[in-house]
Amino acid sequence: MAAYLIRRTIYGLFTVLGVLLLLFVLFFAVTDPDDIARKAVGERARPEVYALWKKNHGYDRPLLLNRAYAAADSRRYSDTLLFDHYRRMLTFDFGNSDADDSAIARRLKEGMGPSLSLTVPLFALGLVVSVLLALFVAFFRETYIDRAVLVLCMLTMSIASLLYIIGGQYLIGMLLKWFPISGFAFDPYLAGRFLALPVLVGVVAGIGADVRLYRTIFVEESNRDYVRTARAKGCGEARVMLAHVLRNALIPILSNIVITIPFLFTGALLLESFFGIPGLGSLTVEAIQGNDFSTLRTMVYLGALLFIAGQILTDVSYALADPRVRLT
Amino acid sequence: MSTPLLAVENLVLTFPGEGGRVAVVDKVSLAIGRGETLALVGESGCGKSLTALAIMRLLPKPGRIEASSRIEFDGRNLLELSVPEMRSIRGGAIGMIFQEPMTSLNPVTSVGQQVLEAVLLHEKVSRRAARERVIELFQMVGIPDPGARFGAYPHQLSGGLKQRVMIATAMAMRPRLLIADEPTTALDATIRAQILELLRQLSATTGTAVLLITHDFGVVNEIADRVAVMYAGMIVEEGTRRDLLGQPRHPYAQGLLKSIPRPEARGGRLEEIKGVVPRPGRWPPACRFAPRCPSAFDRCRAELPHRTEVSPSQGAWCHLVEYEVHA
Amino acid sequence: MLVVLLLAGSVWLARVVSRDRFWRENASQLWRRRPIALITLALFVGIGLMDSIGWVGGGTPGDDDVAALRSRTLIDRLFQPERITESSYSAPLASVSFYGGQPLTHPGRHLLGTDILGRDVVYRTAKGVRVALLIGGFTSLIVIPIALLFGVSAGYFGKRIDDAVFFLMTVLASVPSLLLLIALVMVMGRGTLQVCVALGITGWVHFCRIARGETLKLREAEFVDAARALGVSDLTIIRRHVLPNIAHLIIITFALSFTGLVLAETILSYLGIGLEGSWGQMIDQARNELSRTPIIWWNLTGASLGLFALVLAVNMIADALRDIIDPRTRREGQ
Repeated sequence: MAAYLIRRTIYGLFTVLGVLLLLFVLFFAVTDPDDIARKAVGERARPEVYALWKKNHGYDRPLLLNRAYAAADSRRYSDTLLFDHYRRMLTFDFGNSDADDSAIARRLKEGMGPSLSLTVPLFALGLVVSVLLALFVAFFRETYIDRAVLVLCMLTMSIASLLYIIGGQYLIGMLLKWFPISGFAFDPYLAGRFLALPVLVGVVAGIGADVRLYRTIFVEESNRDYVRTARAKGCGEARVMLAHVLRNALIPILSNIVITIPFLFTGALLLESFFGIPGLGSLTVEAIQGNDFSTLRTMVYLGALLFIAGQILTDVSYALADPRVRLT
Repeated sequence: MSTPLLAVENLVLTFPGEGGRVAVVDKVSLAIGRGETLALVGESGCGKSLTALAIMRLLPKPGRIEASSRIEFDGRNLLELSVPEMRSIRGGAIGMIFQEPMTSLNPVTSVGQQVLEAVLLHEKVSRRAARERVIELFQMVGIPDPGARFGAYPHQLSGGLKQRVMIATAMAMRPRLLIADEPTTALDATIRAQILELLRQLSATTGTAVLLITHDFGVVNEIADRVAVMYAGMIVEEGTRRDLLGQPRHPYAQGLLKSIPRPEARGGRLEEIKGVVPRPGRWPPACRFAPRCPSAFDRCRAELPHRTEVSPSQGAWCHLVEYEVHA
Repeated sequence: MLVVLLLAGSVWLARVVSRDRFWRENASQLWRRRPIALITLALFVGIGLMDSIGWVGGGTPGDDDVAALRSRTLIDRLFQPERITESSYSAPLASVSFYGGQPLTHPGRHLLGTDILGRDVVYRTAKGVRVALLIGGFTSLIVIPIALLFGVSAGYFGKRIDDAVFFLMTVLASVPSLLLLIALVMVMGRGTLQVCVALGITGWVHFCRIARGETLKLREAEFVDAARALGVSDLTIIRRHVLPNIAHLIIITFALSFTGLVLAETILSYLGIGLEGSWGQMIDQARNELSRTPIIWWNLTGASLGLFALVLAVNMIADALRDIIDPRTRREGQ
């Protein structure tokens, strides 16, 4: 198994390199550094201003090959945007934002806290509620309860997440005034009140799809032969669901979940933006609206990195949870 | 004959089908005496597995045991028991093993744990005592190195070993009846013989009666005391092993016996019963075997046969046999 | 132009479907199970088509030259937006404007009121239908053939091609789709085609993975071996054996991804990089209206209802399709 994991990690590394190449093509080849400069500085500045801006932000080098150097000189290849891009991204040297020149690394550090304080409760609560609800429904499968919940899931799945946020803000924030509509506080006691609504909205928005998926998994497991054996031993339904079905169903559920863990960092983009939470998601939205390519580049890179890490984590957890994989 | 351990009377099982509920098992009656091994033989689709599941009241959801049925075990009607009472019988007084050892064991728990569960569900003993019991059981069913095997996972064991674990689970509480649903069908020929021998031995030493479901007459020959042949949801013939293997009376039973390949008959044509088994819901109106029966006549297509007693131990459900016996 | 393509596509699809025995059996089942959803979908497609057929000419007298030369679709002609536009907000079926209470040019004609520019909300919702169908349908139309090309080649020819395609898939899939989508649109610009292409690139991997997986399975199937043993060329095998067998899965996946695409566009609209005239854009423009007193709810309602109805209908159809096609094999063995 260790060998398998090492192989996976190496493949992951190659994937990272591939992603960086993709990002390079997108952000440097398709977009013109001149355009970026123009968007940052303004349309009517003098050419020298553009040149200076590009120099300051590291956009002034040639893309792939620096012909200013001789053929034998290694700087022909290293003093290029491509090499620089790779070097900096792999060493996590993110530089400054194109929009306001702030250090991206610092903004990342600042944004991580609020993002996590939103997404971790969101994730945990969503998971617990979905699993419990799905177990409950699976226990009552084929009855009216089951069918009613499935219809509900279908309906809730068909509503755009945007509408949940708007609706939630309106109903609970404005009409019922239970929680503030938006805002954030760094104080852990106050933060709770600000986070309650986004967490609630986030959980409700995602619950439909999750419950359906988990229910399917639970019901499929309940129909397996070993469950029949358990019943023949004299196990009651409750014990069957909890000790046998749940334990086995956890394996596919785990793979489904672990993939989403890295996204706890990038933060729920929409939620942070709507609810005024100064996390990484908000940072990304600002970058979009401000045409801040360097920040955007960094966020996409981090997202990919975390995703790849998540996949490797999934494989590990799968191996740990399933003795069939662990012990071969 | 002393009161049988298990007496199934007029068991009717229905499932939803085209245009209402369809009978899959139709007025089946059987009886098993204490310590006796009864083989229930039939092709796939005749309803024998469902009969076994019904006795345990483990019939899959859309199926239903109709009210006219009666299942008496050790003097009590199982169909009238409450759910907790039935649960204590499952794995307690009646044990059951299934066909596919590969999938019938929980893949994420050790085999020892699974047998342990069977013990702890029915008896209040300490885990240590239960664990010792499990190791004893492993020895009893012939699992080598039982102490080490306790923590093994199902996928680490061979098919034969897995089936032994299943048997250990079912026998854990010294049941009076063991229901074995095609226990050897998924195993290799050599292992098959071992498992059958094990079952025979266990039955002899512990006095457990066995209801063996199979489609293989070879299995019948090995361990059955009595045999019941099932076709399209009903029993068509029953008798001792000698009766059925020596002189089967029902044309279907005769056909089954003839179609067993025999090494002596090498080079000749393989005998077959022409036609296919009718599916539930499409059963012929009277005798269900009539369309395929070489000896069928008018009455067979008009009236369902009743049981004709051929001898004190043998009975057949066939008009032809009825004529032969009463002639 | 697009319409012609789509029509041609659907005619071809209809021919394939009517000839395929499998679909003939299932189409009636689908109709029995989800008639409402199918009717709803048909309605939407009808509106979308009506909005795609447009021509120049026949304007009302008094229009300036620019207006007269603009191509107007059937929907445009039906609603005649130039005539019935008010100056600003008005409540549904009102006869006076919302702020100021001045009498409207067309009192009582606006079923769902008018928006900030005085445009009839029902009209705007109807216009949004075509955009939504475009997002889901057109994008998939581009994506599916390409995904099939890559996926089937990878699954069928294996080895190097498979390694390359798999790596490409992994790289693309490693970037969180929303972020990739945003990056693509930022980089390529915000036109309709660009957004569709961006949506396509992010969704391509899903189809490709399924095509590859199924092809891999089919390659091991006996009838493929038999065909190869008979000397049938690879291309013919793919065309006659592989493609029809994955068609069912592709269609289900298409239905499922359709809703994902439409919903993704709403997020893009919120971020300011969505498609012009889409429901997402309507929602984005309308979201702040809820906080006014008295509240203005009709813009949001129109777009939300349209969105919800379309997504729900497609979801239900996709679900029913999957039930028909998949557990067919499971429930048979009773």
